Amino acid sequence: MNFSNAIEIKGLTKRYGPVVALDRIRLEVRRGELFGLIGPDGAGKTTLFRLLTTLIDPDEGQASVNGMDTATEYRNIRKTIGYMPGRFSLYPDLTVDENLAFFAALFGTNLRDSHDLIDPIYRQIKPFRTRRAGKLSGGMKQKLALCCALIHRPSVLFLDEPTTGVDAVSRSEFWDMLAELKAKGISILVSTPYMDEANRCDRIALINEGKVLGIDTPQGIVSGFNAPLFALHGDDMFGLLKAARCYAGVRTCYPFGQTHHLVTESGFNAVRFIETLSAEGFSAIELYPVEAGIEDVFIQRMENESGQSHIG
Amino acid sequence: MNRDKVISVKNLSKKFGEFIAVDRISFEVERGEIFGFLGANGAGKTTAMRMLCGLSYPTSGSGTVAGYDIMTQGEEIKRHIGYMSQRFSLYEDLTVWENIRLYAGIYGLNRRQTLRRTVELLDRLQFRSEIRTRVGSLPLGWKQKLAFSVATLHRPEVVFLDEPTGGVDPVTRRQFWELIYEAAAAGTTVFVTTHYMDEAEYCSRVSIMVDGQIRALDTPTLLKQQFAAKSMDEVFRTLARDAKRGE
Repeated sequence: MNFSNAIEIKGLTKRYGPVVALDRIRLEVRRGELFGLIGPDGAGKTTLFRLLTTLIDPDEGQASVNGMDTATEYRNIRKTIGYMPGRFSLYPDLTVDENLAFFAALFGTNLRDSHDLIDPIYRQIKPFRTRRAGKLSGGMKQKLALCCALIHRPSVLFLDEPTTGVDAVSRSEFWDMLAELKAKGISILVSTPYMDEANRCDRIALINEGKVLGIDTPQGIVSGFNAPLFALHGDDMFGLLKAARCYAGVRTCYPFGQTHHLVTESGFNAVRFIETLSAEGFSAIELYPVEAGIEDVFIQRMENESGQSHIG
Repeated sequence: MNRDKVISVKNLSKKFGEFIAVDRISFEVERGEIFGFLGANGAGKTTAMRMLCGLSYPTSGSGTVAGYDIMTQGEEIKRHIGYMSQRFSLYEDLTVWENIRLYAGIYGLNRRQTLRRTVELLDRLQFRSEIRTRVGSLPLGWKQKLAFSVATLHRPEVVFLDEPTGGVDPVTRRQFWELIYEAAAAGTTVFVTTHYMDEAEYCSRVSIMVDGQIRALDTPTLLKQQFAAKSMDEVFRTLARDAKRGE
């Protein structure tokens, strides 16, 4: 087969009653790409996964996986994809090994055939191989689910929020595993609500309320931020937030970890801004230009989309 | 009882058979503080939270939450705290008013108190026109504000927020933290868990649990100094990397 895109989506729309879960989505995932869907709950990420894994049909538009149409060639698609849903969906009453054997049997394969793919992950849960899946910890369940999704050597892997509710260190380890799978040639579509994970992807789509807010490399997305951006710090951070918002020339100001981020109009005068705040009684004020991050872009695009300021 | 210490625990432990889920943790939370309770998965955070909320009794240790004994007065503790999580807070199929009435009933407010506080709450949130709206159809940001207000309807000594912003968009997440700031400035004590490390920076003080123990506890500024780190994310990673227990 000769097709350069693992996934192609054209004008895909899905409605649930009056709710538009996905609104004319268009995107492509290239072969061998690690592609991230970045967006909060309710963005439509899970609906998109269910459409691409042929579990539901769209209302409008068309999608293909490995060059096969999801509406007509679903039987063949299912043989070539691996899917790890957001909710744990293995058999809790079967042991780790029984679950693996079961999924291998379903796909008419065995553990030996996918040993090289699964072993680096399986090794981490091997000490618990006789434990029932329902009794595993969250992280172990996740690793078992990934093993099961890989058992038939899929060429495209769908991972729906694999790192949600997982601590920062374990999340980072999970992304290392994905990088290894990508190196073995598997195309991966992965969703996450954590914006800081965007940088682990080749390309990302920012998605919110059923709409794509932008598709690019993480660097490309960040360089699309088109306004002056400053970091603001001082003694009374909460007071500073409110004061900054009242200042003419400040478009928005919002908390950003240790500092506040300040998006300004073009005529903004930093020196006068600091003088004004000092006169209002704020002390130890620091203001310096910063590079935008994925979250800054997401906030900006959300505001552009709705045509109003949500914040600050 | 010291009125300024809303939570005060000493050498709190919880064992499940041979397994020590929480290993002699001690700390105090002062009135009006935003206390961040961080930890790696499996560090014992949930077990510790359950004890602090009166849902399970410690194996050993001592302390008080909201003025009640953590070893014997779980029922009293439950009545005097608030609780909210991202996964469970409001009933989507009930209206705003029905949710408020339900929680007022659970927390034992009488009819008059319920009405008075409902009016206050609706005015503060500018929510009056939405009183008959089904909660499921509210925008997420509104839902969160309402959930927080309902969790504090009975004026609890402390409100426990268990990953309140998980999966929430970056704008709503920040609006929610402003709500926390305002509540704390008005004297509400907030105990909060999160996996977003930028949110750790917004806390008055932060504790970090590893393998059942509290390994670090201080203001974000001093923690960063102590670990020579640029951010709380770096502090967390330094500590969590040493976790033996994993999950």
